[in-house]
Amino acid sequence: MKHTLSVLVENKPGALMRISSMFARRGFNIDSLTVGPTERQDVSRITLRVDCEQHPLEQIEKQMHKLVNVLRVSELEPDEAVERELALLKVAAPAAKRGELISLAQAFNARVADLGPDAIVFEIVGHPEEVDSFEELVRPHGLKELVRTGRVGLGRASNGKQNHRPQHVLR
Amino acid sequence: MRANGADAVLRSLEAEGVDVVFGLPGGAILPTYDAFARGTTVRHVLARHEQGAGHMAEGYARATGRVGVAIATSGPGATNLVTPIADAWMDSTPLVCITGQVRSHLIGTDAFQECDITGITIPIVKHSWLVQDVEEVPHALKAAFHVARTGRCGPVLVDIPRDVQEAAFDFEYPAEVDLPGWRPPQRGHPRQIRRAAEALAGAEKPVLYVGGGTLNADACAELLDLAQGGRLPVVTTLMGKSAFPETHELHFGWPGMHGPKWSNWAMNKCDLLVAVGARFDDRVTGKLSGFAPGATVIHLDIDSAEIGKLRQADIPVVGPLKQVLADLADELRALHGTGAAAVNRTEPWLHQLSAWREEFPLRYGTDGDMLKPQLVLETLQELTAGNDVIWTTGVGQHQMWAMQYLLCDRPRSFITSGGLGTMGYGVPAAVGAKAARPEATVVCVDGDGCFQMTGQELATSVLENLPIVVVIVNNGSLGMVRQWQDMFFDERFSQVHLTHHVPDYARLAEAYGAVGFTVESEDELEETLEEALSCGRTAVVDARVDPREHCFPMIPAGAAALDLVEYEDREAVEAA
Repeated sequence: MKHTLSVLVENKPGALMRISSMFARRGFNIDSLTVGPTERQDVSRITLRVDCEQHPLEQIEKQMHKLVNVLRVSELEPDEAVERELALLKVAAPAAKRGELISLAQAFNARVADLGPDAIVFEIVGHPEEVDSFEELVRPHGLKELVRTGRVGLGRASNGKQNHRPQHVLR
Repeated sequence: MRANGADAVLRSLEAEGVDVVFGLPGGAILPTYDAFARGTTVRHVLARHEQGAGHMAEGYARATGRVGVAIATSGPGATNLVTPIADAWMDSTPLVCITGQVRSHLIGTDAFQECDITGITIPIVKHSWLVQDVEEVPHALKAAFHVARTGRCGPVLVDIPRDVQEAAFDFEYPAEVDLPGWRPPQRGHPRQIRRAAEALAGAEKPVLYVGGGTLNADACAELLDLAQGGRLPVVTTLMGKSAFPETHELHFGWPGMHGPKWSNWAMNKCDLLVAVGARFDDRVTGKLSGFAPGATVIHLDIDSAEIGKLRQADIPVVGPLKQVLADLADELRALHGTGAAAVNRTEPWLHQLSAWREEFPLRYGTDGDMLKPQLVLETLQELTAGNDVIWTTGVGQHQMWAMQYLLCDRPRSFITSGGLGTMGYGVPAAVGAKAARPEATVVCVDGDGCFQMTGQELATSVLENLPIVVVIVNNGSLGMVRQWQDMFFDERFSQVHLTHHVPDYARLAEAYGAVGFTVESEDELEETLEEALSCGRTAVVDARVDPREHCFPMIPAGAAALDLVEYEDREAVEAA
């Protein structure tokens, strides 16, 4: 099962390396990892997508907690979080196909980021599953190149629910 | 106070109350060694190899519970510390390693003796610092000592470029550490402790499975009180050895691959297993699915990540063991009340364990003319019983015999490499222990293979006036490997023969200015060991023993603990 972890870390040299090294050493697989700034200059947020069962997930969270630069680890539950991903897709687009592709993109709120004589670069921002769908739909047209950022997420502001589920930490 | 970075290192060590450090100088750490020469209260013990310095610092830490400090230069000096760092990581030994680094502007250019030691050690340190500004030196060291000794103990590394050591600033040692992400548990949860006490009060066949975390937590007195108050039998792991007095009636040996049958039966036939600062290591459990089947598990540990890592805990308690064990003993007393009936609940189980101990004693062969290795250990035990002795060991058969035959009643009197299994640990660890506890007799029980890995530290022992006794259980082989080849590879011995006579260990010892003894027969064993122990100088006893002797009992790798192979089973196999 896939899980999204949101990790706040001190913005210090080597912090990302310590986390990725821990994953490698303990045999945990990372599907995607993004890192970027937060509302605090000295803190970065890492969003990790991992594929594992509940037991190894608890191990991952606890092992991450032991890293000195890690401030907080929480799991983003799908129904309690907003998750987004950005993708750039270079699709083969001879003049005859352009109209079809562009209307397909409109249905997904994807933008044309660049237009060439025989290809279009689309930019799409959305829930990662929407990005998946768009990718599948354009693939038959000739997907020449693709890059995805990996998902980022935040706990929801609505529902009055807690932003983050309690951490798997026994203390 | 105006200082340069190197002075700041020493003033920081002084502020931490460090009395001894172990190290070896080189180019990138020269300014710090110049600061030593200009004066400090910190004693520097000069090792002959950085690995030796690292293990000395570990021995110092293990003997005292204080943070050990090792210093080395950049590049090869730093990489030579990797083994001790990994060792300290696996055994949770508090260790601060300080390494010199090439000048800041040369970092990343493949400069002479440059290596990315913070990068190399990331998987085996709790944390590390590459100090980029002289102002950070005292903060990094303050944080390093704090991280090494709080929470689950372990190694940290502070890497300081040469120009940072040379830069001047106004030194002030910080009063507080600034580590927002480092929050080790402060107290075990009272409700969990209460649940644990209730389980203990209701158990008929409980066992305390005590690991090295108990020693790190300085919780031996609390453990003794809990065991005595509840009449609870205690089994100590290799790392937990000496956490509970081993001549005490409630001590029932050591579990695992080479533990006695009665200890493994106690662990595997109990109804309640209380892990105290222990981590269900594969050398303890054997096949995990067959380990302590049917036992309820209480797991007490400072490290929440150990809870459920290998064996699901029914009642976990995360916190400092000193407090957790004290509160647990109090809760248990409250539940038992004043009546003796509840406490007597465990008596039949204790009788059973004693009966097993009588029934399955440790045994070894008496055939042939050669000295038996086990007898060397038995004689050492007889000669030193009741004395203030600190034992260190290498890794292999001699280590397991040391575990089986030496009875340690004082906390921190058995120092060994458990998790990493570092051959060559014994001699330098003994030097470090002697520096920490000069009043104790420090004896390294070593193997001939191990001794040849770090024996050069005899020079350190002699010249730094840190006399130790090294007893080489010399079977002329890499004995444990030989045993496995004999038992599991159809006696195809491959690259394990070292010979009993090259080198001549007694003459090698004399060359280092130590006293050398060679003993080949039972008749001269006791006298020789006695002389070595009482000579007051660094001494090496080359005890030439029978290489055919195997270490039993043994749980073959991957087998369940209840399927252990005993000496008499082996006899039966050979007779058939």
